[in-house]
Amino acid sequence: MNFLNAITLIGNYLFIPGLTYGCQLALGALGVTLIYAILRYSNFAHGETMAFGTMVTIFATWGLQKLGVSLGPLPTALIAMPVGILMTVVLCLVSDRVVYRYHRKQRSDPVIFLIASIGVMFLYNGLIRFVIGPDDQIFTDGERFIITAREFKTLTGLKEGLAFKTTQGITIVVTAVIVAALFWFLNKTRTGKSMRAYSDNEDLALLSGINPDRVVMVAWILTAALATIAGTLYGLDKSFKPFTYLQILLPIFAAAIVGGIGSPVGAIAGGFVIAFSEVAVTFAYRKFVSYLAPESWQPDGLLQLLSTDYKFAVSFSILVIVLLVRPTGIFRGRSI
Amino acid sequence: MKKLLIASAVAASIASSAAAAEDIKIGVILGFTGPIESLTPAMGASAELAMEEVTKSGKLLGGSKVTSVRGDSTCTDSAAATAAAERLVTSDKVNAIMGADCSGVTGAILQNVARANGIVMVSPSATSPALSTAEDDGLFFRTAPSDARQGQVLAEILKDKGVKSAAMTFTNNDYGKGLAESIQKNFESIGGKITISAAHEDGKGDYSAEVGALAQAGGDVLIVAGYLDQGGKGIIQGSLDSGAFDTFVLPDGMIGDSLPVAIGSALDGSYGTVPGTDSKGAEDFKKMASDAGIKTDAFSAESYDAAALIMLAMQAAKSSKSGDLKAKIMDVANAPGEKILPGELGKALEILAGGGEIDYVGATAVELIGAGESAGNYREILVKGGKNTTAKYR
Repeated sequence: MNFLNAITLIGNYLFIPGLTYGCQLALGALGVTLIYAILRYSNFAHGETMAFGTMVTIFATWGLQKLGVSLGPLPTALIAMPVGILMTVVLCLVSDRVVYRYHRKQRSDPVIFLIASIGVMFLYNGLIRFVIGPDDQIFTDGERFIITAREFKTLTGLKEGLAFKTTQGITIVVTAVIVAALFWFLNKTRTGKSMRAYSDNEDLALLSGINPDRVVMVAWILTAALATIAGTLYGLDKSFKPFTYLQILLPIFAAAIVGGIGSPVGAIAGGFVIAFSEVAVTFAYRKFVSYLAPESWQPDGLLQLLSTDYKFAVSFSILVIVLLVRPTGIFRGRSI
Repeated sequence: MKKLLIASAVAASIASSAAAAEDIKIGVILGFTGPIESLTPAMGASAELAMEEVTKSGKLLGGSKVTSVRGDSTCTDSAAATAAAERLVTSDKVNAIMGADCSGVTGAILQNVARANGIVMVSPSATSPALSTAEDDGLFFRTAPSDARQGQVLAEILKDKGVKSAAMTFTNNDYGKGLAESIQKNFESIGGKITISAAHEDGKGDYSAEVGALAQAGGDVLIVAGYLDQGGKGIIQGSLDSGAFDTFVLPDGMIGDSLPVAIGSALDGSYGTVPGTDSKGAEDFKKMASDAGIKTDAFSAESYDAAALIMLAMQAAKSSKSGDLKAKIMDVANAPGEKILPGELGKALEILAGGGEIDYVGATAVELIGAGESAGNYREILVKGGKNTTAKYR
């Protein structure tokens, strides 16, 4: 019984939040990694791209709610998401046309691209605050929980509860579907294969007749879709506030680099590594140990390695260690 | 020629005494954006209500007109708050400042702007105990009590409710730290146990790690010494979602109508404190404010009193200059003298003009102690049916 309590405790406070956060980071990191693989620069505007997609999705959600459309227990935002994706694709393609294409023609250094992307980030930033404002927006509707902590307790008779939010379930399911679809696309379709070829060796790909403009366009479309989905899931699960999307950019980059930037598998692995280490290192294990240890060994302290203030420090420590020990990341991406 | 000079000198002196009716400006520096932005519009409007009342009475310093100049303290960003205050003092030339709101920015404005320019500040809501001992050249007052007192009151409430142990989280700034220390000290001195006292940062999207740590420490209740529009709300939502805590203790930064609305019925049964009294003044003020179309919330009454004190002190000092009026604030706020309730500012001005004394009671039963801070009456709040209700007064 104590063992089950301990497992439930870890599940409730560590595993489920970590898994959800990991999914959100993984989707974000996939977008960063795709741009890095195809356009060969670190896209700092990615966090704001996520915020933009989420913002459009929110407006579409409000519109649908006004029309009385709903998904029952599921959040309406799920059917509003295609609108968000579409608008974000347009935004990304316009930005590419206006900003990045010039630098591509010039064959500019990656660092120039990077700085241009910071400029684009500020532009998006202002645009979002101008349209929806800097405040919190809550757009979650439908059932809030798949199972609440209290229901779980009465169901199982355990002392610890396990809460599972609908948004957490949706995040996990949607991420699994999207990742599967993305890998299918990259490995099985002609366009996907040409993208991988372009990423591996640009000159060789051009010689074999791959149209670079098309590859770049598809990369932007995929990135915009991934960004919108990641942003909307994050906003549904937490809350939408433009500023938090600027903050989440840092763990996303950490995830992409730790996993090996340019490698889609790496982005996903990196997302989970960062998410779980952030939660696990700052977790207080007192109750967990007290369930497992015999009575005389009951701990007095909290058994917390680091205060939760240092959450971001954890992901950056991992980042620094990875860059020192294995600069290409876990899955041998490119070194930066 | 001599005659002419004398005549013009006399004329000038007459003119200057008549010109005593001046345009007085009072700066209203509150966090119109930031973590308590849902409270500040009513606070600002309440202060301006007092100014309007005085202007209409036409009795302040020979019929002076009082206008408010607003500035945004942002509640959290000391640099922005200092810049806003600097603008009010140097370019708008305000005579005194009603504000600021949050403790950190209030301290910053006091040290960087008020002391440098000799401007009086009366804060309606800065409650950090550290401000009691801050160097202020006699310029700083507050109609809100220090959190040293709120800590006592909260500890008493916890004891009355039979709470043995509590987890605590506080917003990582002067207000949160000061309040948390005060609660911990008082609660432990009456035999309670604080299992953890952890800081949280405002403005984050996700508080699940913080909630995890708090939940592991355990406790009968969770004390949330934060802000209702910010991290405090996030922590409560996270705790409810994961089933970590059911009952929350809400100090003054968490009291506002928007919180029960945002959280919903799950907040029912939580309790807290906010400065307030059941005096007649509080009733009068509420009625006045609602007649003026102001939706009063936490710290609205304190704001009215803060503005009123500034103007009454001007009358007592016969000068609108901060350097003169600072010595009179304690006099008009405390006994002896005729008791003054909200809506009676005209009467008070008349008494002062006639050389009499007043004891300003106002909307919050103002009684300034120590270095010029409110002695501290608190309203015990119980969240019931999705609303903040008053359980009793302490």
